[in-house]
Amino acid sequence: MATTNFLFSGFGGQGILFVGKFLAYKGLIDDRQVSWLPSYGPEMRGGTASCSVIVSDDPVGSPIVSNPDVLVAMNLPSLDKYENAVVPGGMIFADSTLIERKVMRDDVKVYYIPATRLASENNIPTLANMIICGKILKALDDFNEESVKAALGKVISAKHADMLDVNLKAMQIGADYE
Amino acid sequence: MADKVLMKGNEAIAEAAIRAGCLHYFGYPITPQTEVAAYMAKKMPKIGGVFLQAESEIAAINMVYGVASAGKRVMTSSSSPGISLKGEGISYMAGADLPALVVNVQRGGPGLGGIQPSQSDYFQSTRGGGHGDYHMIVLAPASVQEMAELTVKGFELADKYRMTAMILADGTMGQMMEPVSLDFDVTPPPEKPWATTGTKMQREHNIVNSLSLVPEELEQLNFKRYEKYAEVIKNETRYEEYMVDDAEIVIAAFGIAARVSKNAVNEARAQGIKAGLIRPITLWPFPTAPFKKAAEHAKQFISVELSMGQMIEDVKLATECKVPVTLCNRAGGMIPSPELVLEAIKKAHKNGGVD
Amino acid sequence: MAVVFDKPHALIDVPLHYCPGCTHGIVHRLVAEVIDELGIEGRTIGIAPVGCSVMAYNYFNCDMIEAAHGRAPAVATGVKRADPENNIVFTYQGDGDLASIGMAETVHAAARNENITVIFINNAIYGMTGGQMAPTSLPGQVTQTSPYGRDPKLCGYPIKVCEMLSELDGAEYLERVTVNSVPHVRQAKKAIKKAFQNQLDGKGFSLVEVISSCPTNWGMTPQKALEWIEEKMIPYYPLGVYKDRSAEKEAE
Repeated sequence: MATTNFLFSGFGGQGILFVGKFLAYKGLIDDRQVSWLPSYGPEMRGGTASCSVIVSDDPVGSPIVSNPDVLVAMNLPSLDKYENAVVPGGMIFADSTLIERKVMRDDVKVYYIPATRLASENNIPTLANMIICGKILKALDDFNEESVKAALGKVISAKHADMLDVNLKAMQIGADYE
Repeated sequence: MADKVLMKGNEAIAEAAIRAGCLHYFGYPITPQTEVAAYMAKKMPKIGGVFLQAESEIAAINMVYGVASAGKRVMTSSSSPGISLKGEGISYMAGADLPALVVNVQRGGPGLGGIQPSQSDYFQSTRGGGHGDYHMIVLAPASVQEMAELTVKGFELADKYRMTAMILADGTMGQMMEPVSLDFDVTPPPEKPWATTGTKMQREHNIVNSLSLVPEELEQLNFKRYEKYAEVIKNETRYEEYMVDDAEIVIAAFGIAARVSKNAVNEARAQGIKAGLIRPITLWPFPTAPFKKAAEHAKQFISVELSMGQMIEDVKLATECKVPVTLCNRAGGMIPSPELVLEAIKKAHKNGGVD
Repeated sequence: MAVVFDKPHALIDVPLHYCPGCTHGIVHRLVAEVIDELGIEGRTIGIAPVGCSVMAYNYFNCDMIEAAHGRAPAVATGVKRADPENNIVFTYQGDGDLASIGMAETVHAAARNENITVIFINNAIYGMTGGQMAPTSLPGQVTQTSPYGRDPKLCGYPIKVCEMLSELDGAEYLERVTVNSVPHVRQAKKAIKKAFQNQLDGKGFSLVEVISSCPTNWGMTPQKALEWIEEKMIPYYPLGVYKDRSAEKEAE
């Protein structure tokens, strides 16, 4: 796993940038090279949001992820737009509460997680993103609780320290989902 | 890596500026650089500094002119359309030999253009941008770490040569986050006996001025300023070379284009093509020497740019047109992909008749 | 022999370049006298404009900065904020500089209550460039660029700067004076002194509009020009205090 290119995409407000930032920080804490690049502009204001994250053992070249190893699609437009961009053998994580169709490719590994429903059922409606994130780390065999906690500490401000456990819980729900 | 933090490029500029001793910031909101202003607005009041949202870019650069006249480190930041407005003030600062840092986080143009990354202000920044004979020191960071380090360097060079230094970044560099270490040395500002700090009734009055109505005198001022520029060219040219020594195809690229090109160079090497990259870090002064040297063994140069081809002219001048120089570009806010650059390298390789 | 009349220290003993009969000389002198009397020359930084007084930096003994056209209030903002405890900062601007190209800088410095002093020379014309219509040229006034007289239907009405700025909560002190007679000169000096004193007291943006003459470009003798101020300018630009926030507060 020399380099993993992540692409996160969904609606503004789903915490797309946040989950990307979390994984970038986790990479940093794990002593790896990282970059995080958001889409910016009008789409930040309620439209679609996406961000590229690269975690690598080597210095990161271009921070732009056009062909992700890991695609996270949190809505249908995102899956429509990026499904074919994923590298063969890559992974797609889809929020199956919001995306009714199946992934059409058969050369990628697909994880359907009803993240929005799970978040709602567990009374953490804003954390569908972190539920998916938990599943990603599990699938990548990278759910190291110590660095996860440390990274959460970096992305959650001290003011909202109580959110740390809630985020961890969300990630655990995702990791445990089969 | 414990000492590294993840920061946006724009924030890294702001934090580095504060660490460089800049306690005065003036700006006006414009995408994609607004984080610089936001960061300053948050930090400055807490450290006894000044953040002021000016009524316009024009006012902001003239506030910079005022603080620079008063002898303190000062900066402003903007994006392309705003930099055009600042052009007037930048020219006046050049004429009055005032040090300051101006940041341009470029977006696509001309006109209002778009808000996505671009490098199409290369001409504007390296040729001056405002009226008259002058230059700025133009620094082109290609990572968040460099956004921070070149900001500090920019203040130091500005003070050393009494010039405007410009950080020429783009939307990607401004918006991306990377780990950054803020542990760097800062050279404090030198004495500024020319500054308008009040005579204290102990010296003749100082005048900060760009007006000179006697042509013979104005000519001498210009000659003298260009002697200073010659010193800058001699001492301050910066660049990075990547696999250039034996390269047959040499890419010229700065900023985000250099990041993309590095991927392409790596892939080309993996496919057995001898590709390399020269990344100018100072766009003015332009690093002529490495290009001239590479022209002795390269079969072709490719200028990779987020513009319709601006730096390519400097590459041609530097290589004295001894070797073909072609353009690989996207414009208007689009970014060349590593694949596009690789295609250009392969094509050059083929046309160059290399086995 | 006792010296009974001398140049203020804050004014350098060099010939001024202004035209005969121009009132810039009087206003320069008043500013310099005030700087002397307040003992602030060593900490004063003046900002010269673009226009007739562009070379004011050669006349004042304090540190001086030459600004781009209209930008003096922005430059002054920078200088003031660079060292607010020490620096006493004034701008000296004409009507084209302050009320046309630099209107935004003027209005916003006032709105911020920037703690600076602004000396505004209103002579209803662009002098330096040879007599073009200014934002303060009177309706019907003949200039090089309004050769048939300023037609408000074509180019709008003059801008009354003091009246306009008086609507801003930010501005501290606004007074319009003139220098066409000895009593008016005395009043002008009082106003200028107050505008500097306000800055020393930390009260904020203080602007003195001085209705001035331009015999050369008005095409009049100096004497006739002073009369024209009385007959034409003052009726359109009434003298007086337009805002004195501290005084208003005290009165309450």
